[in-house]
Order: sequence, then structure tokens, then C-alpha cells
Amino acid sequence: MKNLRHATALAAIACAGMAQAQTELSLWYHGAGSANAEEALVNQVVADFNASQSDWKVVLETFPQLAYNDAVGAAALADELPDILDVDGPVMPNWAWAGYMQPLGIDEAKLEGFLPGTIGRWNGEIYSVGLWDAAVAMMARRSVLEENGIRIPTLEEPWTREEFDGVLQTLKDTGEFDYPLDLGMAWKGEWYPYAFSPFLQSFGGDIVDRDGYQTAEGVLNGDAAIEFGEWWQGLFENDMAPGTSQDAADRETGFLEGKYALSWNGNWAALPVVEKFGDDALFLPAPDFGEGPVIGGASWQFGIAKTSEHPEGARAFIEFAIQPKYLSAFSDGTGLIPSTADAAADTANYNAGGALEVFYELSENQAKLRPVTPGYIVQAKVFEKALADIANGADVIDTLDAAVDEINEDIENNQGYGH
Amino acid sequence: MAAVKADNHGMRLASRYAVLILVAIIFVFPLLFMVMSSLKPSAQLLLDTKSLRAFLPVGDLSFQNYTDAFARAPIGVFVFNSVLVTGITVLLCLFVCSLAAFAFVFIDWGGKAVIFSVLLATLIIPYETIFIPLLLMVSQLPWIGADGFELGWLNTYRVQIAPFIADALSIFLFVQFFKDLPKELIEASRVEGASWWSIYRRVVMPLSGPVIATAAILKFLFMYNQYLWPLMVVQEEAIRPVMVGLGYFTDQLNVPWGEVMAYLTIITVPVLGFYLSLQRVFISSVASTGVKG
Amino acid sequence: MASKLTRANRAGWLMAFPGVALMTLFIIVPFFLAFAYSLTNQRLASPNAAEYVGFKNYSDLLGVAVFTLEPERDDSGAVIRDEDGEIEYPRLRGFTRNNPDYPNLAGKREWFSWQSGENRTVVLASDVVFMKALVNTFTFVLFVAPIQAGLALCLALLINQKLRGINIFRTIYFMPVVVSIVVVSLLWQFIYSPGEGLLNNVLGWLTFGAFEGIDWLGRTDTALPSIMAMSIWQGVGFHMVIWLAGLQNISPTLYEAGEIEGAGKWQTFRYITWPGLRNTAVLILIVITMQAFALFAQIDVMTQGGPLDSTQVLVFQAVERGYGKQDISGGSTISAILFVIVLTISLIQRYLTRER
Repeated sequence: MKNLRHATALAAIACAGMAQAQTELSLWYHGAGSANAEEALVNQVVADFNASQSDWKVVLETFPQLAYNDAVGAAALADELPDILDVDGPVMPNWAWAGYMQPLGIDEAKLEGFLPGTIGRWNGEIYSVGLWDAAVAMMARRSVLEENGIRIPTLEEPWTREEFDGVLQTLKDTGEFDYPLDLGMAWKGEWYPYAFSPFLQSFGGDIVDRDGYQTAEGVLNGDAAIEFGEWWQGLFENDMAPGTSQDAADRETGFLEGKYALSWNGNWAALPVVEKFGDDALFLPAPDFGEGPVIGGASWQFGIAKTSEHPEGARAFIEFAIQPKYLSAFSDGTGLIPSTADAAADTANYNAGGALEVFYELSENQAKLRPVTPGYIVQAKVFEKALADIANGADVIDTLDAAVDEINEDIENNQGYGH
Repeated sequence: MAAVKADNHGMRLASRYAVLILVAIIFVFPLLFMVMSSLKPSAQLLLDTKSLRAFLPVGDLSFQNYTDAFARAPIGVFVFNSVLVTGITVLLCLFVCSLAAFAFVFIDWGGKAVIFSVLLATLIIPYETIFIPLLLMVSQLPWIGADGFELGWLNTYRVQIAPFIADALSIFLFVQFFKDLPKELIEASRVEGASWWSIYRRVVMPLSGPVIATAAILKFLFMYNQYLWPLMVVQEEAIRPVMVGLGYFTDQLNVPWGEVMAYLTIITVPVLGFYLSLQRVFISSVASTGVKG
Repeated sequence: MASKLTRANRAGWLMAFPGVALMTLFIIVPFFLAFAYSLTNQRLASPNAAEYVGFKNYSDLLGVAVFTLEPERDDSGAVIRDEDGEIEYPRLRGFTRNNPDYPNLAGKREWFSWQSGENRTVVLASDVVFMKALVNTFTFVLFVAPIQAGLALCLALLINQKLRGINIFRTIYFMPVVVSIVVVSLLWQFIYSPGEGLLNNVLGWLTFGAFEGIDWLGRTDTALPSIMAMSIWQGVGFHMVIWLAGLQNISPTLYEAGEIEGAGKWQTFRYITWPGLRNTAVLILIVITMQAFALFAQIDVMTQGGPLDSTQVLVFQAVERGYGKQDISGGSTISAILFVIVLTISLIQRYLTRER
């Protein structure tokens, strides 16, 4: 990582000669301090781009992830946005609607073969595109399942709800685990809607009615949602999963240490599992709670700020960045899922027979976008609180009703969010 | 008889120290945990929190976390920025606020009662609640700098300094202290024909050691620990302060706790140093007044 | 004579000017802007222009209603009871949601309720989370302000002794203050960790294993007290220093006089120390109350208001709404309400502690 930084610095010096002719473009990125190679890779792409042509010079500014959205909001207020923005997929509609971003203007043909979760659309236009997607799977150990006579589910035939509840009971009865299932309740914030709203969707409910995005009534507090809420509460009442006060450390190491039999976790956490358990490691698809198995899609993507004076330069950079070699490089460096099948074939983990190949399939087959609406950022917070409250024993129906009221009021206050 | 008395005295002394030490343990243990943890690998650190080993320098000890932390983030830059912004703000605050307090306590002037109560009322406005209007305002403020006239204060040191120079609490601290100074002193100087400025500089401020130290520490802590404001107004890494830098470590999916502890230890050192240097002021004031317990 | 000597309009204005101007520009003007936002539907990010909405934001937060639920009865008019013998009531959502017969209950939620005979009286609020935040904030202030001020005075008396090495203790007691509250909160999360956490471990060790581990931040009855304890631990050193500065300001001749008169320890404290600390006491009371009302970072780092809103507080809600949910007007409204509350309290405090 240090070497890469040096390389970047050298490249910058090398470019200095022609810097005069290059117009500066600012790029903001959310991954400051990332332990994995992410930041170094972004630096590499920027350096390569600056060296590849003489019109533009991209200048990178990185931010700590939790601070990033606030920083962008503040900059937008003060009219200080950069040219190129990095944006979390579900947040993009909000930024597009609020006038932070402009359509990418990239030829759709260039995005052919990209996973659905890597392309951000709002109002019929493409606003952002990602170099990778992320996927969530039920991490398990083959030996544990086989010992307890549990069927190993497949993409075609996932666990049904009854089967899944049975699996949890069986694993709990072994007495070998602190909890049969680790949901990652320790991870606050976007993890809740990202990882758990797919369960609700599989039950037949949703965070908001996607038909026009004008209400959550009947969707977040309908029969399906109430059934989901009761099932969800049962997980914690019956000690199937650790609740909201789960230790962050246990989330990181509990499954590896054998405290939990199953762990609902993302592909970014998969490599340590493969390292620890080797062939015994399993990455299983989401259970089917009635309406088909679902996982969340969309991760961080690049877009162009509305205020950019050089959208053509920003576009050139984004087109440069989505070359297959960078998609593969990011995947190898970070463990994330490359955006195209071609790039996947070139990676260490997602090629045919690779350790994480299954995640590409999960992403391709099960991924559903979080509600594509500017109101999502509020809805996500409301949903998170509702799930935490229900897990802590709040009345299911009252809690969901309250969530619906808050979401609807917010939609109303925003005059329908421009749908 | 004498021996018994000495014994009694010894016992009393011992019990006094026992109380002091017991209280000290209560105050020091989380910090001990922080420092010890910064020397351990993350995995061991987390395991150690399950026992009293958390407070002991045991197991696999090294400065690896510090090396890794410096590789992860430009810590030197963050600390420099924080110390610079904090230092300048504290100095300006001490001057501006003591001057205002002086005017409020010692001088009679039209409108002072009204103005003082308005300023005092701002004591209860949490900064968090006015940051958004403040942001909109500073983004439009003019400035005349090296490059001539410019509009907008974002991405500068001054935007981190100027809004926090004057505050009600600092003025209030000085006012409370000045009230207890003997008025005759000031009147005598006036009779001798001293100007207000020289009374402020030569009579009042030299007596104000303890309150200066108190106000300085309070301001220092507030400024050094700023997070939300710099996050909103500073986009360039080169002028970011330490608390924003904390996100480089904690905003990761797998938080590197060892490095977090190392970073926390590093950023705590300047504050501790600042306090220790000011503590002498307390000590000297103790010496000069000779207060007994 | 004296008034002539101290009267100086020009000098007074000149000396007060820098501070007054800076505070006006950077605190008072933004505060009035925030108050203006509370009368609109201003958003953080929106293409829609903000509109004046009057006091709607205030009524959305403060709306309260009382409603009496009658038990469910069967055809014969007898009260229906469940298996445990508890009286069954119709669900409130039947009245509060889409029911044109009860327009005053629309959108409201149960805040708390009590039993009165066969009936159940329910107090509903438009914004239950805000109400809980209000109550929690007051609870926090009522416990923390006196305890922290009292402990700080004890500590100040403790370290105002002439003992060898007392400065080391002074430094140690002050150390938590110099550590950022965010850092402190991160550290204490490990201490309060459930099951095998540090505090549980220490308590178990002190009681020879008799103590059962508590999920300190995960239980509705221990979360807020845990945060109170931590806040006092972190802040007490600072107020100790202010007390100490006050103690050292008391003229030693008074103590000497007391000694000559043969005053005991308590009498010395009661008649010399305490009166000498008057101004300090006023200062500390005000400072602690302000700081306690501004409680934010601990909640943000440790509990986010949970579990079940047991640690929701006003400033956290103001920030959460203003930034997190992009609802500037809602956040500003909470700020304005907080301002009125604290202003009232400080006026009462000043009246009670006025110089007679």
C-alpha cells in the first residue's frame, strides 16, 4: 500500500510536466483509511488516468466512510461539490433528486453485461455506475450441517421458512453454540436495511410501496410485514440470534471461533472464512420465506456532480475506471464482486471454481435493489429503528404502524419526492 | 505517648493515601485499558477484554499498532492541524473574552446590562443545533487574503477558528472571577490616572492566573475534540483535525481495534501535555496563596 | 465618586466589542436563522422551495391526547378476559389509524397508560420519541447535575490537602476530562460489554462469582444510568478543578481566624469554605446543567437512543432529524424548544441563587 502511494506520487511528478495543459477535476471517495487495498487501487486508477491522456488531471480526496454523506451534503449546501462523486447505490436517487448529480451520459452499450446492482438509474436516466457489487450469504460449515442431518440448500432450492426455522432449532438443540445464527446486529446503520429488508421482501412486504413510492401503508404494516415482524421478534425471544447489544468483536470473530453455527454476512467477510475452514466453508443462498429468496444489491458507484464544469472530463474518467482490468483488480484487492462476468473470469476468487464464485451467482440471481427513491435515506433509518425496537421486544404491529406513519409523513413533507 | 501520637498520625496519613489511590484507580482504569490495548494485536486485545488481563501488559506486546496506524492515516498532519487550530483559538479566546469580561465587570457603559444578558443566554445554545445556518453563512462570508478579495470560507483554517473565539462560557468564567477581585485596586489605579487598557494589562490580568488556566483548558478541550463542524466545512485531507481522522480507523467493517487504541493514545498525548503545562499555574497559585486543606 | 471613576462609555464599548461582534455573527444570527427554519418545512437537500408553515412543526412534536379504552365485551356485555385473566381491549390502531370518528387521535401513538377500574386510560402523543427524549433529558439532568457537582466538590476537598505527591493525584483525577467524550464512549463500550465484559468481570471478581453479568447498554432499565455514570466519570474532574480554583480563592486569613476561634472541620466548611464558594457554586451549577442538556456524543456512539428509546435525548434527536433525516425544520424546532426549556431553568436558577 505504501509502495503504491509512492507510485502515485511518482506518477504525479511525471505528469507535472504536462500539468499545465491538464484541467483539474476533483474526485471524492469514501474509503479513507480502508485497511484493504481499496484506497490504493483508487489512487492507481487516478494515476493511470492522469498519465493516459493530457486533457484532465483528477485530484483525489478521500473521506472516512461514516462522514462521507454528511460531507457531501454540507458541500452541496455551500455549492462546493467536486466534479466526480462516489455514491452509495441506494443514496443516489436522493442526490440526483436534490440536484447534486447529473446523468452520466455514458453510452448504455458500454455498460452491457454489468450486474443489475452496479448501475444506478433514476427517472429513466443512468446517474451512476459501480466497479463492483456486494452480496450477502448465509455462511455455514458443511461438517456442522451434515452432522445434524441438515439439507444443504441450493440456488434452485433454498431453505423454506419452515425448514429454516427447523434448522435453527436443530442447531440450538445441539447446545454447541452460543447462538445458532449471527445476523450481525452489532453493525448499526445501513446494514439493517441492506441485510434484513430482503427477509421482509421475501415474506411479501417491503419498506415502501414501490408502485409510485407514495406510501408505506399496507406494505410495511400489512399482513406479510406483521408476519415477518413476529418471526423476527421470535428469533431474539427464543435466543436464536444475539440481539442489538451484540458485541462488535463477536460479530467479527464469533463464527470463526465456533460461537455461531450460521452467519448472515457479506462477501467482504468471506475470505477469512475460506482461510479458516477451507472446503468446509459454505456460502448459502437466502432462505425463501414465501415470495422467493432475496438479497440486497448495489454498492458504491461513481457519478458526476451537477455543478461540475467539466462533465466530459468526469465522464472520461468514469469510462476509464470501468475497464475490465480495474474491475478485476478491485475484486482481487477487496474481495468484492466484479461488475461483469468477463471481469469475474479474470479474478482470483470469482473465476470458475473460485472460492467466492457463488457470490457472483447470488448477486446475479437474488439481488433486489433497495427502494429506488430519494426518500430511501429516511426510510432506511426508520426501518432500522423499527427492526431494532422489535428485536428488543416492542409490540410488532404498533412499531410497524409508527414506522409507516413516519415514512408517509416524510413523503408528504417532500411533496412525493418527485416520482 | 509520643509514639502513639506518631502512630496515629501515620495511620491517618496512610488512610488518606488509601482513599486517594482508590479514587485514582477508578479514574485511570479505562485509560490504562486504552494504553495497554494499543500494544496488543487486535485479536488478543478483544480476547483480553473478557478478563482483567485487559489492564495488564501481558501477551504479545509490540508497537506494531502504532506503525500500522501511521501507515493508515497521515496522523502527523491531523495532530498538527488540531494543535494549530486549537492553539490559535485558545489564545484569541483568552484575549477577546477576558477583555469583554473586564468591560462588563469594571466599567459602566450604556447598554451593558442588556448586552450581557443576551450574551449569557447564548450559553444554552448547543453548537450542534446552529451548525447548518452557520455553514450557509460562512460559505458566503468575504475574506481579503493574499490573493485579494474572495468569497466563502470553506476549506480553510479560519473557518475552524473564527466561530469559536468568543463564547458565553469563557466570558462568564472571567466575569465570575473578576467579580471576586477587590474593586479598590481598580479604583486606586483610576485615581492614579491609569488608562483602562493598562489596568487590564498590568493590574487585572496578572492576578487572573487560575481563571486563565481554567478557561484555556476548557476551550482547548472543546476545540481539540471538534468533530461535526470540521467535517462539514473542511474537505481537504491536508487541513483535517484529529477527531475526523478517527473515522479512518472506526469506519471500517472490521475495525482494527489495536490501531484504534494506538490512535486514541497518540491524540490524547497533546491534550495531556497541555494540561500538565498549565497545572503549574495552579501549583504556583497554591504556593502564592498558601491555602491549607 | 466611584461611579464617575468607572463610567466610560467609549472604553467599555471598545473593549467589549470584539467578543460581542464575534458572538453576534457566529452564534446569535445563526440561532435566529435556526428559529426561522422551525417555522418552515426547510429540508437539508431538496429541489422544493421551503414554505412557511407556522407552528405546525411545534404541534407535530408537542401534540398530546388522552383517551379511555373500554374493554372488549361479549354479546352479554361481560368483559372478555384472556387466558391469564387480563382484560382484553380493542387495539388502539383501530382509533388512531384511518378512523374519521376520532380526528384528534389520528397519527398519535401510545405514550403511557394506566388502569382505572375496568377501563384503561391512555395518553397518546403525536411524537412519542420526542416525548421520551424530553423525559430522558430531564432525568439525565436531574441526576447528573447534583451528583456530579457534589462528587466534584468532594474530590476538590480531597486534593486540596497538603500531602506529598498530591499533584500526581490531581493529574490523574483530571485525566478523563482531557480525553474526548467520543473516545471515552468507545472505551466504555468495552467496559459495559454484555456477558464477559470488563465491568461484569470486575464485579464478578469482587463478589467471588456471585454477580450475574448484565447487558448494561442493552437493557432499558440500565442503559441510561450506565451513560449517566460514564458521563459523571468523564466530567467530574473538570468541575473538581473549578471548585479547586474557588477553594484557593478563599483568603487564608479567614481559615487562620477560624483556627484561632477553635472551629471544627465541619464548622470551618460550613461558615468559611462554603460561603467563599458562592460564585463558584453558581458557575458550576449552570455549567453542569448546560452540559447535561447538551448530551449527545455518548448517545451517538453508544446506543443511538436505544434500546426501545430508553436513551433518546433532545440534542441527539435534533441532530438525527436535522442531518440524518434531512429534516432541518424538525431538528431546528427541537433546538428552539430546548432553548426555551434551558432558558427557563437558568432564569429559575439565577433567581434562586441571586445575591440577596
